[in-house]
Amino acid sequence: MNFWVELLITILLLIGGIFVLVGSIGLIRLPDFYTRLHAPTKATTVGMGGILIASMVMMTNNQGYLSLHELLITLFLLITAPITAHMLAKTALHHENRALRRTRSQHLMECAREQQPPKPADHD
Amino acid sequence: MKRFRWLPMPVHSLLLFVVWLLLNNSAAPGHLVLGAFLALTIPLLCAPLQIPQPVVRRPLLAVRYVLRVLGDIVVANVEVALLVMGSMRKLQPAFVAVPLELTSELPLTILASTVSLTPGTVSAELSEDRRWLYVHALHLTDEQALIETIKSRYEAPLKEIFAC
Amino acid sequence: MLNTAILIVSGILCVALILNLWRLLRGPDLSDRILALDTMYINSIALILLYGMHMGTNLYFESALLIAMLGFVSTVALCKYLLRGDIIE
Repeated sequence: MNFWVELLITILLLIGGIFVLVGSIGLIRLPDFYTRLHAPTKATTVGMGGILIASMVMMTNNQGYLSLHELLITLFLLITAPITAHMLAKTALHHENRALRRTRSQHLMECAREQQPPKPADHD
Repeated sequence: MKRFRWLPMPVHSLLLFVVWLLLNNSAAPGHLVLGAFLALTIPLLCAPLQIPQPVVRRPLLAVRYVLRVLGDIVVANVEVALLVMGSMRKLQPAFVAVPLELTSELPLTILASTVSLTPGTVSAELSEDRRWLYVHALHLTDEQALIETIKSRYEAPLKEIFAC
Repeated sequence: MLNTAILIVSGILCVALILNLWRLLRGPDLSDRILALDTMYINSIALILLYGMHMGTNLYFESALLIAMLGFVSTVALCKYLLRGDIIE
């Protein structure tokens, strides 16, 4: 295999792996559920993208014809990641998960749960 | 829409054809024929179930929008990665209510998904009258700036693309 | 070089899976556990693809695609169950 192709695949794989790891570390480190939601849904899109593109380049190089079907998984993940995040956020709001105390504008959680327009904050 | 009787959903047909070829990872004549057959028959069966949606009026703008979102996703990932590896004490999460001007379902779905995919924000809930999008931000410094960004960077192009 | 890289990234993914497992077992709330499960699904797709690259075959692509679809559907079904107490209304 050509050295430069190999280098490209290696770099893509490492970027992907590092982003996936950062997503999982965020899942452990972040303090409350709403912030935890950010880490995996964001970090895994680029992480998976890197690994899938690396796989695409390698298969194309090995088999001698253009291998595009890994794009399907990438697209599928890109489309479904926000939907999953949205459903999980809805669930957490519905279950009245506590947000971190220093989260700003917490009165909005109440309005969001009821699906009502935002009300001005009453002093607490 | 009685314009295409044998092709009720042209975009979906094209999508089905391309996905079939990608799934099989080949462009052999047999797969071309089978893909074309599936792309013609499945929309015929599914057309009565369709809910009318606004159509894309400006395809070129749509392509630019997709490229911009892809660029923003990469930036978002680096930002979130830095925040995650940094100090947890400095994080300043917040809920924000973003006023919306879009009303139909497809543009709203695209807007909410875009907000979830881009820098430090997740769309959490939509109010019943579709006027407000509730957003959770991982690290908020300026609420007004965030609302401005979402409205000018993502909502305005969507309004233009769907012409609504 | 490539084989070493694949092995290293597999190791990284295994560490990520173990971290997810910790959140799955510990998670103070049900939604935390669902989030951990969803992340585990995505990480295992990556692991399967890496195995396919290591063996040099295309065979594992279908299983990765199936896991992606099942992971999405099961996450949404679980969320729906928690939201409404019912999956199909």
